Amino acid sequence: MSQLSVDHLLGIKGLTREDIELIFSTADNFKGVINRPIKKVPSLRDITIANLFFENSTRTRLSFELAEKRLSADVVNFSASSSSVTKGETLVDTVKNILAMKVDMVVMRHPNPGAGVFLSKHIDATILNAGDGAHEHPTQALLDTYSIREKFGTVEGKKVVIVGDILHSRVALSNIYALQLLGAEVMVCGPSTLLPKFIHTLGVKVETNLRKALEWADVANMLRVQHERQDIKYFPSIREYTNMYGVDMELLNSLESDVTILHPGPINRGVEITSEVADSDKALILDQVENGVAVRMAVLYLLASKIKRE
Amino acid sequence: MSEKIQLIGAKEIEITLQRLACQLIENHGNFKNTVLIGIQNRGAVLADRIKSILENTYGLKDLKLGYLDITFFRDDFRRGGETITANQTKIDFLVEDVNVVFIDDVLHSGRSVRAALTAIQSFGRPSNIELMVFVDRRFSRSLPIQPDYKGRKVDSYENEKVVLELKEKDGTDGVYIEQKKQK
Repeated sequence: MSQLSVDHLLGIKGLTREDIELIFSTADNFKGVINRPIKKVPSLRDITIANLFFENSTRTRLSFELAEKRLSADVVNFSASSSSVTKGETLVDTVKNILAMKVDMVVMRHPNPGAGVFLSKHIDATILNAGDGAHEHPTQALLDTYSIREKFGTVEGKKVVIVGDILHSRVALSNIYALQLLGAEVMVCGPSTLLPKFIHTLGVKVETNLRKALEWADVANMLRVQHERQDIKYFPSIREYTNMYGVDMELLNSLESDVTILHPGPINRGVEITSEVADSDKALILDQVENGVAVRMAVLYLLASKIKRE
Repeated sequence: MSEKIQLIGAKEIEITLQRLACQLIENHGNFKNTVLIGIQNRGAVLADRIKSILENTYGLKDLKLGYLDITFFRDDFRRGGETITANQTKIDFLVEDVNVVFIDDVLHSGRSVRAALTAIQSFGRPSNIELMVFVDRRFSRSLPIQPDYKGRKVDSYENEKVVLELKEKDGTDGVYIEQKKQK
């Protein structure tokens, strides 16, 4: 008999440890469901969900859509490039119009930080943040920590380093919150130009030397270099970035202890990690994708249970 | 505090379980084409007990037992009740063309069994499904569902709750009747 403490999933900040543990235990059950011959349950058959993607996405969008369909929800998809947003319609107007078509939940990705919070104050539907600018990407952090829990049995006490473009990354912030809530130690590592100045105030270790960071860590979460958000040059060249912060098999094999590699995707093969690492058994990348569907089913199910039928 | 009255004690439960196990043998022989499915969560414990009686007292071997969780198949989701925490579903075999025996603790409205009938379809198409319940609350059905094997019949009012307590979960064995909690 348990419920989430929140009505919307806007970020990991605002969740409690109990919330995350409830999501994980529910996701365990859904993982069983998606590995059956018939991968569908009827729980959300009277719920309509709008996926509003104001920014490009492959994995998150597909994963949410699959999760929704496996819960038997009705799904409408919307992408900004093919919509009236290009004609100048505001966010609230776009969403209000969609809700007028009787939608219960909104999954939204938006380039502006705080778009989800803004929306939750103006409209009467359950909002799930699927990434808002460089702010948060809560379901990614949940599936990353779920994958760590699956591999190690617990997240508590694990040492996790987040490597790369911390400055532009919503995955980094959500992961820091989630890992700390679950009792892991967190380090960020990257070129100093891509580390926010006051990041240490979040209680994370800061390191600019990748080898030292990997020597310390049990898990390395390799972030993608976000070329599209970088308005100026933060490092001299991709090649130099790869030399300093790229992970290859040689580096991993030279470490004293094993490091498990996560990557939120999409991978720039040969930039953050080599193909050899991405396809090796040290990487949990495809487990992350599989777990993403189960975790999103759990979040959708638990939030939907808070919508009471009139 | 509402009063909790014991209807059946531990000894009688043991005797009834022995009888139910014998009734299963009458209909299913050596269980070659029959699987037992306990409905989470007390039905699963009950199914464990039945299986151990069949194996230890009657020497049957290689019985197939699974646990089915129906949480995601319930029809009362978002209807004002509390959100129910899901349990594990563990069915390591296909139920294609086999006889399935559902085992549950208390049969009341029949809605759990309806959910189980939907849920089991994810694991195949059984040739036949039977229902065993420990307590049959008569005159309370909302759906046309009746048990094939029943432990005890209990007649009660709608504002009462009938609970089968099992020592694996609750510390003691017994069937109790109590007032439903006011919401």
